[in-house]
Amino acid sequence: MMDKRKKQAMIRNFSIIAHIDHGKSTLADRILDSTGAIQEREKQEQFLDKMELERERGITIKLQSVRLPYRAKDGQEYILNLIDTPGHVDFAYEVSRSLQACEGALLVVDAAQGVEAQTLANVYLAMENDLEILPVINKIDLPSAEPERVKQEIEDVVGLDASDAVLASAKSGIGIDEILEQVVEMVPPPDGDPDAPLRALIFDSLYDSYKGVIVYMRVVDGTVKKGMKIRMMATDTTFEVTEVGAYTPHPVILDELSVGEVGFIVASIKNVRDTRVGDTITDALNPAKEPLPGYRKVNPMVFCGVYPVDSSDYEDLREALEKLELNDASLSYEAETSTALGFGFRCGFLGLLHMEIIQERIEREFNIPIITTAPSVIYKIFQTDGTVIEIENPTLMPETQKIDHVEEPYVKASIMVPNDFVGTVMELCQNKRGNYVDMKYLDENRVNIVYELPLAEIVYDFFDQLKSSTKGYASFDYELIGYQTSHLVKMDILLNGESVDALSFIVHRDRAYHRGRILVEKLKKLIPRQMFEVPIQAAIGHKIVARETISAIRKNVLAKCYGGDISRKRKLLEKQKEGKKRMKSVGNVEVPQEAFMAVLQIDEN
Amino acid sequence: MRPRAVYIHIPFCTQKCHYCDFTAYVVDGQPVDDYLTALEKEMKMITKEVPPGQIEAIFIGGGTPTVLTPTQMERLLMGIQKHFPEQSPSIEFTIEANPGTTTPELLTVMKKGGINRISFGVQTFRNTLLREIGRIHDNADIKRSVQQARQAGFQNISLDLMFGLPQQTVADMEETLIEAMKLSPDHISCYSLKVEEGTLFHHLQERKELPLPSEEEEFEMYQLVRSFLVQQGYHQYEVSNFAKPGYESTHNLTYWKNESYYGLGTGAHGYVKPTRYMNIKGVKEYIRQIEGEQRPIADQFSERLEEEIENFMMLGLRLLDGISKQTFYERFGFDVDQIFQAEISDLINQGFLYLEGDRISLTEKGLIFGNHVFGTFIGTLDKIEHK
Repeated sequence: MMDKRKKQAMIRNFSIIAHIDHGKSTLADRILDSTGAIQEREKQEQFLDKMELERERGITIKLQSVRLPYRAKDGQEYILNLIDTPGHVDFAYEVSRSLQACEGALLVVDAAQGVEAQTLANVYLAMENDLEILPVINKIDLPSAEPERVKQEIEDVVGLDASDAVLASAKSGIGIDEILEQVVEMVPPPDGDPDAPLRALIFDSLYDSYKGVIVYMRVVDGTVKKGMKIRMMATDTTFEVTEVGAYTPHPVILDELSVGEVGFIVASIKNVRDTRVGDTITDALNPAKEPLPGYRKVNPMVFCGVYPVDSSDYEDLREALEKLELNDASLSYEAETSTALGFGFRCGFLGLLHMEIIQERIEREFNIPIITTAPSVIYKIFQTDGTVIEIENPTLMPETQKIDHVEEPYVKASIMVPNDFVGTVMELCQNKRGNYVDMKYLDENRVNIVYELPLAEIVYDFFDQLKSSTKGYASFDYELIGYQTSHLVKMDILLNGESVDALSFIVHRDRAYHRGRILVEKLKKLIPRQMFEVPIQAAIGHKIVARETISAIRKNVLAKCYGGDISRKRKLLEKQKEGKKRMKSVGNVEVPQEAFMAVLQIDEN
Repeated sequence: MRPRAVYIHIPFCTQKCHYCDFTAYVVDGQPVDDYLTALEKEMKMITKEVPPGQIEAIFIGGGTPTVLTPTQMERLLMGIQKHFPEQSPSIEFTIEANPGTTTPELLTVMKKGGINRISFGVQTFRNTLLREIGRIHDNADIKRSVQQARQAGFQNISLDLMFGLPQQTVADMEETLIEAMKLSPDHISCYSLKVEEGTLFHHLQERKELPLPSEEEEFEMYQLVRSFLVQQGYHQYEVSNFAKPGYESTHNLTYWKNESYYGLGTGAHGYVKPTRYMNIKGVKEYIRQIEGEQRPIADQFSERLEEEIENFMMLGLRLLDGISKQTFYERFGFDVDQIFQAEISDLINQGFLYLEGDRISLTEKGLIFGNHVFGTFIGTLDKIEHK
């Protein structure tokens, strides 16, 4: 038993918090290098970001954790567990759980760019979890580096003592040893009772087609070992552990994981839905009394239709969604039909980025060209006959006469900005139908503004507008607070006289005319001219509120002298045809993908 | 089947036109004689590799082939006669010419060397427009050159015209057509300006300094050309080509019927079934390659049957006569209706194509939206095969 306590004292669990491009992945690689975790020959840039998409976008979607043996300057052998975090508000809950699995965090700030918005939200999460935060000023070898200014900024903006901040360059390997020494010295070893019943925190899971679900977790109390019967406390499901291990970064099978350790278990689990992030794993025969705090079921908040461009891809699309769902408990989907787009699926996501990621993965990994409709939220329709229906698709909205009133989801949004932008942010929130709740100065420079906002407005373009109107300095977080009554109407869009269900949207009555007009103007720009004239109309019920006309193409024929260069002529036609492939034929009008998303990106200013 | 048509590229010009993206270089200081030597050697190499059939069309294009001196021209023509001796009695032997470059002396050499058709790069009769597009000739040059060619005994003269030029109006186009008629050409090609990358026009367009006519005006010009020329007794046999009866260009028809042709000279394209090839661009590189006893090929590929069939449709339908089902069957051993069943019936139902006896042809609407029709056949067969 002493052994376990001794081991516990040598563990350091930490994660890295950084803004995109500030060098998180490179730093992680260097740490892996210098602890000898990866061999020279298998070095691959950004080891932790495994998915192609992650590497490309510089964001983490699936979490990883790595166990690194480290001999410190004090001559002792430590076990460092580096737990990766996703970096976007859509995944705020996942971030909070992976931070909960740590005792410390490296706050990486670019020496030239200083503290940026995205970092802040995560730093505050880390502070909420009582993590020891170690500032690291990265890229100090850049000519434009200003480490002293950035140190000051960390102190002023984040409110952390930055006097011991390591000056590093992950790219050139400067400061890495110092960082590791600080981790050993300053991050506290994990608490937890080795003799108590097992409690382990799930911070991610991954579906493997051979082993079933691989659960990434951190043991808080007790021990987990092979053969043990375990129970997921929130989902109340029981499994038998078949494998226990850790990533080094290669998976290594261990006898057990005990207090403070981070690793994975395999237990013939068929579905990631049984291994919810934030849930507590306990011993089924000797269960803990209380689960770990902070579990919450994450529900999709944003919905959109996903349709194959080529209707013969429908079954492939279903399979793709099935496969993605295996690995992503927060993705939901069900079949739906659109008169304009044919057979497809209504999918639910955590947020807009999550939605974009899934769309890109369908197109890239499964190679299925898709059309997506503008995102929507769940509306509650109180009908005159006393019944209530919930709709997540604008086309399902009943006729006006049948509606008594409509409720829509609201969120409480916290927006942190430098005080120069207070006016701008309040104006934006006001424009987005927000109700002012509170405003607090965090220090002389930073303000936290709290508003209640309709989720639909957030889904619409709030985040983009917030970013652009505050030059990227705002950080933003939100939580659902329930439903409120709103004057909402359904806006239909007619192309060539036919209503296109996939373009319908629900909008506040006061904004309907304006948004309808802007949308038809936008569609006019996005829909290429056809061989005939195409009227575009926006209508509420039978009333047309806006109209534009796309004039017909007059002529489309190569009448150029090409000599004998047939290939070039062919390529030109191929290119024209390729452009058409990305379009969906609605009625007889060719409509590009962007048009279906246009509803979302109306710049109202 | 042995090629029965020859394209020979002369890449020299007095000056490069603002819209031109062909392989063409200002002639001053160019090794023209070395080029002609290389060209003759290429004729030798290629005819050794693939012997010619009875030649029905030769086309010397450019560039401006008429920038050659009479001596150089004589030498070129003798080379051609030497390597392509077996010629049809009805051979069409064309040279492209720039108005103002055809001296009576040069015309005599051309005639003597076997040329029987001149295609003048007129483009427009309006002097201001000619300057605008970088041509070196003027209205008077055109008239004089055509008259001199007639006097030298050329009985088949074609004029190349362009529409959709910067600042060109429908009225300008009409004036050009009226002027052209005064010269009684036997054939007219009328091309629309397309701004290509790497040209001065492209550069100007990027800077928004190229005042092109509107699409509506361009469309009107095209319709004007068609109705005007038909009234004047020409018949439109291809999207951009008009001829008096019996004067359809044999060489152009080689392209539209997707038949083999040699392509000789720098930057030339050739099609020696089943191979399509493109020669090296650059006069010096071309000469060097040939001096090293190598065919000067920059790129070549063997055309798959599916591609050949698709190209047959893409090219054949440009002809107003369309394609013959019988010819298709004889050439490929399939029924065109079967291979392109869906495509053809859709295009017919939508009013782009019509069937008449053995032939499938563009309707008026199909002509105007030709790219839609041609594009329908492109890439289709791959898909069928994979299924």
